Amino acid sequence: MATEFAFPDSAAKAAGAEQDLSSERMSLSMGPSHPSTHGVLRLQMELDGEVLTKCDPIIGYLHRGDEKIAENMTYNQFVPYTDRLDYIAPLANNMAYAIAVEKLAKLEVPARCQAIRVLTAELARISSHLMGLGAFGLDVGAWTVLVLSLNQREHLYKLFEELTGARFTTSYTRIGGVARDVPEGWLGRVGEFCDHFLPALEEILALLTRNKIFLDRAVGVGVITREDALAYGLTGPNLRGSGVALDLRKDRPYSGYEQYEFDVPVGAHGDSYDRYLVRGEEMRQSVRIIRQVIARFPGGDWYAPDARKIFAPPKDKVLTSMEELIQNFMIVTAGPQMPAGEVYFEAENPKGILGFYVVSKGGGVPWRLKIRSPSFCNLSILPKICVGCLISDVVTLLGSLDFVMGECDR
Amino acid sequence: MSASATAVLKARFPQATDRASADHPAINLPLAEVPAALQCLRDEQAFDLLMDVTAIDWAAGATPRFTLVYHLYSTTRREYVRVAGDCTGDEAAPVAPSVVSLWPGANWLEREVYDMFGIRFDGHPDLRRILMWDGYPYHPLRKEFPLAGIEAPLPDAEIAAETQAKVIAAPMAGGPFVASPGELNLAEAEPRAKDESWNECQPKPEA
Repeated sequence: MATEFAFPDSAAKAAGAEQDLSSERMSLSMGPSHPSTHGVLRLQMELDGEVLTKCDPIIGYLHRGDEKIAENMTYNQFVPYTDRLDYIAPLANNMAYAIAVEKLAKLEVPARCQAIRVLTAELARISSHLMGLGAFGLDVGAWTVLVLSLNQREHLYKLFEELTGARFTTSYTRIGGVARDVPEGWLGRVGEFCDHFLPALEEILALLTRNKIFLDRAVGVGVITREDALAYGLTGPNLRGSGVALDLRKDRPYSGYEQYEFDVPVGAHGDSYDRYLVRGEEMRQSVRIIRQVIARFPGGDWYAPDARKIFAPPKDKVLTSMEELIQNFMIVTAGPQMPAGEVYFEAENPKGILGFYVVSKGGGVPWRLKIRSPSFCNLSILPKICVGCLISDVVTLLGSLDFVMGECDR
Repeated sequence: MSASATAVLKARFPQATDRASADHPAINLPLAEVPAALQCLRDEQAFDLLMDVTAIDWAAGATPRFTLVYHLYSTTRREYVRVAGDCTGDEAAPVAPSVVSLWPGANWLEREVYDMFGIRFDGHPDLRRILMWDGYPYHPLRKEFPLAGIEAPLPDAEIAAETQAKVIAAPMAGGPFVASPGELNLAEAEPRAKDESWNECQPKPEA
């Protein structure tokens, strides 16, 4: 008897509630402190059930005003600030900044300096992609990948420490050269690293490439079309994953990249899995470049020898000769002297294309320095591609975009 | 090949002039014609990537006060072009035309320029601050904004009322100790405190 009058009523209620549910949107804030936002990104999302209807990324939590700071210091003083842009690959940032300012000064650095910079930039690329893969794996539940990739990064950090004196914030380049020459036997140790890294890389990639769970999470998720990628200014592996073979190392070679043979991998579908594959292959190509650099490592100077008002003279001469002492004093206090003008230089960094636009009125301090950061532009596509995604796919998407907030917020 | 991009623009836009440049082909245009010029470069000259949008502040009182600079890259021609437009008009409320309709990626870049310089973009769909928080009263990359910052209210009014806390200027002990840009003699250019009226021993005078 009881069921007769209780049932129709609650059934109607349930039906009404269902209707309410489908029409009611829930707003959800992810971050700024969330394991898969890789830093301090906050996503203000609007959800219809589990599906995103709107996504508004809120950035700026790590804004330090690097461009303002740059206007108030000499060119060499800004090098440590470039470490803190993409802090996963500081050596690549150091190089991009140094080349930008050297273009302003119309200064050519010798072949040995270029080779050192290419070598360090490629090591930084491996370091960055390892971290990117590890974090991506972690986001989709593959903990082992992170452990194995951090293990390899430790070998890289040891090499960085020996070369630059620092594991993390390297500040290695100077305008017109690098801070110091490569230490005795260091190139051999880089070669040894390459020998044991390649099999280790295959082991890491084997954990993901044919992994059913990973494929289910990544294939067809977060598809970025070629047109969208170009319209939003995506660069680096994210653009190449969408099938555009833009690699400035090939297209506009700098620092002697034209001497080295390497391939530019591109994706076919533009999904998260393609971006993963592109990063994996780029690490193999980086090893290829590093081996070529070591094989034909040039001798000679590792700094521009005739850059009198730009690169500080060797320390032994500073301490014994008046002329060099004055020169050193001037470069340290007044900064490397630049002509007036403007220059825009972009380098192919691990995260994408890092650009520096330097406006000079002459003297040792830039009038304006704009940093075109790849992570900033790569993230600007989020409001577009997140719509229609499941909330769990957002995690995959963020992992596959491989951004770093230090660079995005500057 | 590269000269042709600027040559095409100069033929199309009579007011275009060459911009002194040591690296990439560059052109100056009246700001109102910049969107049409960028569209011409994108559709007819294959400059498919908008790499960067930024502004330069030429110091308070300078004419023009702001210059907007656009960098385009062509993935097929493999070269850059720089387009610049002076932001004439009212210095207190500068306005520029938006190019979001050409490249959706310009959305965030223009928001950043607005945030840092206070240049409003006509036709921008969602012109909000991006790096600083909504309601922040200053535009930090303007030259009159001091390196140490300016005292401002906290972004969250509720927390501000509860804690009485504020965003305060960085304590710089008489600094910032900075060198000045430009071709100056050593005494003028050498790093020095911009405000010498206070230091660690002598407190900062109340404004």
